[in-house]
Amino acid sequence: MSASALPERLVEFVGELREHGIAVGPGETVDAAAAVDALGLADREQLRAALAATVLRRSGQRATFDSLFDLYFPIAVGAAESAGKPPADAAELREALVAALAEGDEARLRSLASAAIEEFGRYGSFGQGGAGAGAGGMRGWSAYQALDRVRPDALLNRVLAAIRTDDSAFGEAIARTEARSRITRYREAVQAEARRRTAELRGRERIAHYAVPPQTDLVSFTNATRAQLAELRRTIQPLSRKLATRLATRRRRARRGQIDLRRTLRRSLATGGVPMRPAMRDRRPGRPELVLLCDMSGSVAGFAQFTLLLVQALSDQFSKIRTFAFVELTDEITGLVTAGSADPEGLARRILTQAKLTRWGMSSDYGGSLASFADGWPDAVGPRTSVLILGDGRTNGGDPNLDAVRRIADRAKHVHWLNPEARSAWGTGDSAALQYGRVVPMHECCNLRQLTQLVTELLPG
Amino acid sequence: MQEPLFGSVDEVVDRLARAGYLASTPVATTVFLADRLGKPLLVEGPAGVGKTELARALAEATSSELVRLQCYEGIDEARALYEWNHAKQLLRITAGRDEGWEQARDEVFSEEFLLPRPLLKAIRNPDPTVLLVDETDKADVEMEGLLLEVLGDFQVTVPELGTITAQRRPFVLLTSNATRELSEALKRRCLFLHLDFPAPELEREIVSLKVPGLDDRLADSVVRVVAALRTMELRKAPSIAETVDWARTLLALGADTLDEQVVESSLGVILKYQTDHRKAAAELRLDTLLS
Repeated sequence: MSASALPERLVEFVGELREHGIAVGPGETVDAAAAVDALGLADREQLRAALAATVLRRSGQRATFDSLFDLYFPIAVGAAESAGKPPADAAELREALVAALAEGDEARLRSLASAAIEEFGRYGSFGQGGAGAGAGGMRGWSAYQALDRVRPDALLNRVLAAIRTDDSAFGEAIARTEARSRITRYREAVQAEARRRTAELRGRERIAHYAVPPQTDLVSFTNATRAQLAELRRTIQPLSRKLATRLATRRRRARRGQIDLRRTLRRSLATGGVPMRPAMRDRRPGRPELVLLCDMSGSVAGFAQFTLLLVQALSDQFSKIRTFAFVELTDEITGLVTAGSADPEGLARRILTQAKLTRWGMSSDYGGSLASFADGWPDAVGPRTSVLILGDGRTNGGDPNLDAVRRIADRAKHVHWLNPEARSAWGTGDSAALQYGRVVPMHECCNLRQLTQLVTELLPG
Repeated sequence: MQEPLFGSVDEVVDRLARAGYLASTPVATTVFLADRLGKPLLVEGPAGVGKTELARALAEATSSELVRLQCYEGIDEARALYEWNHAKQLLRITAGRDEGWEQARDEVFSEEFLLPRPLLKAIRNPDPTVLLVDETDKADVEMEGLLLEVLGDFQVTVPELGTITAQRRPFVLLTSNATRELSEALKRRCLFLHLDFPAPELEREIVSLKVPGLDDRLADSVVRVVAALRTMELRKAPSIAETVDWARTLLALGADTLDEQVVESSLGVILKYQTDHRKAAAELRLDTLLS
């Protein structure tokens, strides 16, 4: 890269970060340039660290940053120079891969990833020379195709046999986690390599737009992948701590109330006994009772499960939490959720197998469920209860039973409805979201950022 | 502009290593840049990954004085910046009963009655200083305003004495556990470094450095088990401090290999929650022992 191209590349890179929701101001871009100037371009990892230090402000942004960095400051142009000669066929590549996975040799894994893309990832016609944009409508590099040929997951047992040092179950468990995480890293390397090669063909902006995963807190609950859900669950503990601090600060900020005589006198010592800054007595926080009513049908189960875990982590903010789940019928699941913190991944499965939520099918019946909740647990909702209903309000054509919601709303202190669908989809098809929205306040809650914001707003301070 | 402390990134790695801190490339690069660009360095990350330790090592590597400001809820200017010594002022006024107001005022608001707190101390120090603002997220939002002012131009105004400007800019390091989102304004003035769990090779070196008597093979197994634990969904994943503690425990127990019994009996050192303990035992197949 020539020196004159660098500022331009940097500005493009920063623009793409903004597209992905990472707010980078012009001041930071200037800092980044100054950092590059101080460091030089000799070492790519140093460049990465320098840009991360100057443009990032939050830890959840790192994965997006890394993917974009690899696109905008690629490690090579064209086929990467692999160490040693390229393998002749899939079998040979797999042999080499087993050895590299067993050793955990990162550099070798990366070079095998680019070899896999080079050998098996290409699709479309690459025949006649010149990378003319017009000719290349349907060609590129596919990670899916390459991984399908190499099948790294099928190598697990062979890698395991190579890593294992002893025969104990414990040794095997350790070796298994190691082998799995190395294979995952290899897959990621192949995907990154495919993105890089395709970006050369199709232009960086396009690939950056479609192929780079969003930040964790902007991942949509309804179409998150397994890995993204795991990543989301990892954020629960730190997030609940953050929310608890935020709520506690808000409570402490009481500007009105009774004078705390002891603390006021204590403070007045600094001003020679004149009470210049009166201290207020802490108000006892009203800890509300919370009732969660969650749609656990396939379409929104991921969202409900995540919200349950978050509320569970925040449980010391409430005097009592009761949880109910429904698909066709409503059943209480408080016990299952409390016990579920040990195994968050299997929570949804346990709820579906152990609670009685269905009669015949697996599609949600809002009318029946709301009625069975209002009739079956009349004592659950009282004048001090806040009720959160989680669901997309898609009734599958059935009766929405607005009357049951109205009855719940009359008895409770507040009722709020969190809907994991984008606002634009409300009321389309079989969605009764707009009808429900007229009875109780409905909030859009597609991703972690919105959920965090809602929890802060809805919880009393 | 003052002389930079480091000449190159490699020099940072070298000198920190001599002070007992093994820095990865991102850490060394960011420290180098913070020094070159003269910006404060905001270090964020889970507990026990060596945020405070970095400040200590930096002070030692650059033979600077370490001035530490520990933040807590309700910390204010009087604790962070400076305070007049009221009691001493009162004594002084009582002692000089016969003098006029003018004289008393000049006397009472002088250097002698000023209690410098960490921020002022770091700014006034003519020798190289590393200023560590620890756990910035614990302080209230008002405190950030004060930090902004002080870290912006490294000067402090004491109304009775005038403006005190730093003779030598301290190297400023702020740490945060992210229990609260720091304000954008403060973040924008800093370089950001997210410290995470280190790569296995680096962690192995750290363990060997901190626990010298430990067998290499055992150190290797310790790091492998900890890495496996971090891939599980635990409430609190073990960090470097825990790895080192565990290595020390194993050394004290005289263990020479890491087998089920040893791990089972000492898992409490690295996992702090009962639920985590149970889950790890199940996934590492330690439960097979019971049968």
